[in-house]
Amino acid sequence: MQAPIRQPSPELNMPLPDMNVQAAGEQRPALDTELKLSATDLNFFYGTFQALHSISMKIYSGRVTAFIGPSGCGKSTFLRTLNRMNETVRHSRVEGTILLDGEDIHQLEVSEVRRRVGMVFQKSNPFPKSIFENVAYGLRINGSPNRATLREAVEHSLRRAALWDEVKDKLHQSAYGLSGGQQQRLCIARALAVNPEVLLLDEPCSALDPIATAKIEDLIFQLKSSCTIAIVTHNMQQAARVADYTGFFLLGRLIEFDRTAVIFKTPARKETEDYVTGRFG
Amino acid sequence: MTSRLLLRRKAVNAVMLTLTGLCTLFATGTLVFILGYLFIHGGKSLTWNFFTKLPTPVGESGGGMANAILGSAKLLAVAMVVGVPIGFLGGVYLAEFGGTTFSFIVRYTTDLLNGVPSIVIGIFAYTVIVLPQKHFSTMAGGLALGVMMIPIAVRSTEEFLRAVPVSLREGAVALGASKAKAILTVVIPAAKNGIMTGIMLNLARVAGETAPLLFTSFSNRYWSPGWEQPTAALPVMIFTYAIAPYEDWHQQAWSAGFVLLTLVLAVNVIARMILSKAKHVAR
Repeated sequence: MQAPIRQPSPELNMPLPDMNVQAAGEQRPALDTELKLSATDLNFFYGTFQALHSISMKIYSGRVTAFIGPSGCGKSTFLRTLNRMNETVRHSRVEGTILLDGEDIHQLEVSEVRRRVGMVFQKSNPFPKSIFENVAYGLRINGSPNRATLREAVEHSLRRAALWDEVKDKLHQSAYGLSGGQQQRLCIARALAVNPEVLLLDEPCSALDPIATAKIEDLIFQLKSSCTIAIVTHNMQQAARVADYTGFFLLGRLIEFDRTAVIFKTPARKETEDYVTGRFG
Repeated sequence: MTSRLLLRRKAVNAVMLTLTGLCTLFATGTLVFILGYLFIHGGKSLTWNFFTKLPTPVGESGGGMANAILGSAKLLAVAMVVGVPIGFLGGVYLAEFGGTTFSFIVRYTTDLLNGVPSIVIGIFAYTVIVLPQKHFSTMAGGLALGVMMIPIAVRSTEEFLRAVPVSLREGAVALGASKAKAILTVVIPAAKNGIMTGIMLNLARVAGETAPLLFTSFSNRYWSPGWEQPTAALPVMIFTYAIAPYEDWHQQAWSAGFVLLTLVLAVNVIARMILSKAKHVAR
């Protein structure tokens, strides 16, 4: 689906999902009006340090939204506020509202937020348990389903994460026996097992080789029909390949947010253009 | 570079290398020496009787230390019941829930407790249990050993829990687990082997303690039924037999020393095997 060859200039060879839709005769896909997550005036503080400044963003249902920007720009921090993971950091404080299907996530039970908004981390973090138990974990802690349901759900999740064929014969072996790319897909399967509505991916490919990266990107394409995806990436080509929307962050501010094609081809802001053309960062 | 300087460097190198090598040899050699000495002296008079018979009266040959072996086992059982839960749960609290100031105080206190001479711990158990009850008992000895286990159990549990990567906790919490659930279902299982190793090493350490038992479990020439009577224990028997003026008692003391050291070494080796397996799994 995507070109595995890295192009020196991202402008030349990009899949542009929205343009394809336009080519099919539609002006704007109706889906994009359906909001999944929205942040309004979001500020975030680590102690006295303000990491996010007044960020407002809309994340559309069934779309892939990428966050790009140089290290320390706040893109991961922003991602982690979307499922309230940042609350585990001591002395942190959040201001502003985040709505999930119109409900304020800070009013919801935190475990419910995290079940509905799943997360996959930069470094794969399988539990020191069997492959099966890793995927079953989320289901077990959210009540204990019977064995048949559990087996079915584990298989379904592993299939969705395109890992089933590789692990079906060793479900009860340790997850640490898998390769780095497989471990990361296992973590995706683990997140998918609780049927999240949104999947947050925090630089999921930064520790993977190009082949494993391509597999994860394929997966993102397949998953977006059933799940809204937000992905933080350091790799601009990756954002160009997988994302429908892209937000560019700089120094804790959201500089520009638009359709991916716009961000990479005709950005409105000078900083965005400098970054996507590789002039800094 | 002049050849004289080079020569000087070579000479210094040779001297220092020899010196450090000798020190290493001395450090490991001590253990080998003790082992060999115990094996020669203790091993040769070790018979099956040692494990099955009671001590014989002075002047009669034969006999064994079955009561002391059982006594040691019972003392360690009580010590585990006292020391492991307190140490383990204290360690969990310290690693997962303790605030900075409070943790610092607790850590400092446990380190101090660890530094308290074992005979003082014995006096503590004597005051708390033996004096009110007006008799020595297995219970009192076990409690003294248990108290000795606590500081190390707390600290080793804490260390192994802290060694569990943050990413695992985040992984669990991101799936909707509460902090307590994440600790119970992911963090503790991940640290399980390490924690078990810590407890085993701890147990092996207190198994050889003599001083805290001298006025808590005291000693006994006979079987000690239940938990409320004085009991024999291997380290105390070694002490008693070694300072006695009889040659065959000395032989028995050697045997007891050999058995005790073998048990402690076995526990150590097993514990380290578990730990190396744990490290292999953790990364």
